[in-house]
Amino acid sequence: MDYEFHWNVVINAWPQLLDGAFVTLHVSVLSMFVGIIIAIFLALGKMSQNKVFSYFSNVWIEIARNTPALFQIYMAYFGLGAFGIHLSPYFAVFVALVFINAGYLAETFRGGFQSIPKTQYSASKSLGMNPYQVYRYVILPQMFRKIHYPMTNQFVWSILMSSLGILVGMNELAGETQRLQSLSFRTLEFFIAAAVIYYVITKFVLFVANLVSKKLFKGDI
Amino acid sequence: MSLFTPLSWGDTGFIFQGILNTIYISVVAIVIGSILGLIIGFFRAESGKFGNMLIGGVLDILRSVPLIIQLVLFTTFMGVAGFPLDPFVAGSIVLSLYTMAFMSEVFRAGFESVHDSMVTAARSLGMTYWQTVRYIRTPIGLRAVLPSWIGVALSVIKDSALVSVIGYMELLRTSEQLISRTQQPLEILIGVGIFYFIISYPLSLYGKRLERKMAL
Repeated sequence: MDYEFHWNVVINAWPQLLDGAFVTLHVSVLSMFVGIIIAIFLALGKMSQNKVFSYFSNVWIEIARNTPALFQIYMAYFGLGAFGIHLSPYFAVFVALVFINAGYLAETFRGGFQSIPKTQYSASKSLGMNPYQVYRYVILPQMFRKIHYPMTNQFVWSILMSSLGILVGMNELAGETQRLQSLSFRTLEFFIAAAVIYYVITKFVLFVANLVSKKLFKGDI
Repeated sequence: MSLFTPLSWGDTGFIFQGILNTIYISVVAIVIGSILGLIIGFFRAESGKFGNMLIGGVLDILRSVPLIIQLVLFTTFMGVAGFPLDPFVAGSIVLSLYTMAFMSEVFRAGFESVHDSMVTAARSLGMTYWQTVRYIRTPIGLRAVLPSWIGVALSVIKDSALVSVIGYMELLRTSEQLISRTQQPLEILIGVGIFYFIISYPLSLYGKRLERKMAL
């Protein structure tokens, strides 16, 4: 193998790579956050008696879970164009990730809701709490304790899948790597660097999630 | 003459080829990934801490780096090393290894779910070590993880769409080419989405039903 590695090109482009990594984190954190909020409603919808609401949630959840992430991103980027909606690459990836995160997390949340005994709802209602208070103080804290592990997994998944932004010209880590390597043709070096950065980000996120869950959910898990 | 021609029946063959290619590479990756995953999963359930950590670390890298980066990296690396690979071969290798990383965890959990007492009982009936593996641990362990296996297999079918980046003409890439020719993204993409859904949804329902049945 007569290939000479030129790492100085990568080192010079370090600031841009870090910018890309920042965009990656940015889009995954934001999509996760919005996804969680929507997922709570979808999970409630799936369990609700209201036919329209539960049908809507079901369709959303099943489409999100049964089609490829890349398809969702193409749909947001090219497909919505047919309706005259032209999203920027960042926003297209964001929308697709929110859609998928919400779909997957809704199933997780549903499992979480169902694992909490029905008696707790009636007990907190009999204490005079309104529905908001029941969820805010009794149900959700217990639920998050049970599902923080699958949630962390979903978050890692979002980070990894945001790399699909490379295909729609987004400036997250993978896309930035692609752009930088096309300037210097040091493909191997740049993609090795990107792989290392992704690995570090993933490990870092898992580490932080572990720390937070230990702090938040003291005692039994 | 207009630059963009509308979709025609002639394109069905093109799309159909894409569908076949998607199925082809998914099946290859699932089969090879499952076999390798089974071996590694068994090895990990059996081996001590040190060997486990070593293999676990390597598998962890496969799971913590985006598939798309792995695909580009592997193809470039092979090209640079002087063995340029066909997109299908490169895609199958990367996708199989990626599948293996997930399957090995599934199978390890399966092997570990078989109680020691069952193995001891089998040994006391005069079975050899390999007989307990063959007749007790593998069948019982594999049955326990069938729902998770289906889950991983489904995600491989969906992830196979990413092999398009290295130039393999699977369904999503053929549709992308059709889109750039016809400029009718919505119709084509919806068709593609329906195809994935038709494959994935029944399997996921089956997996859920199995899971429920086993929980009882």
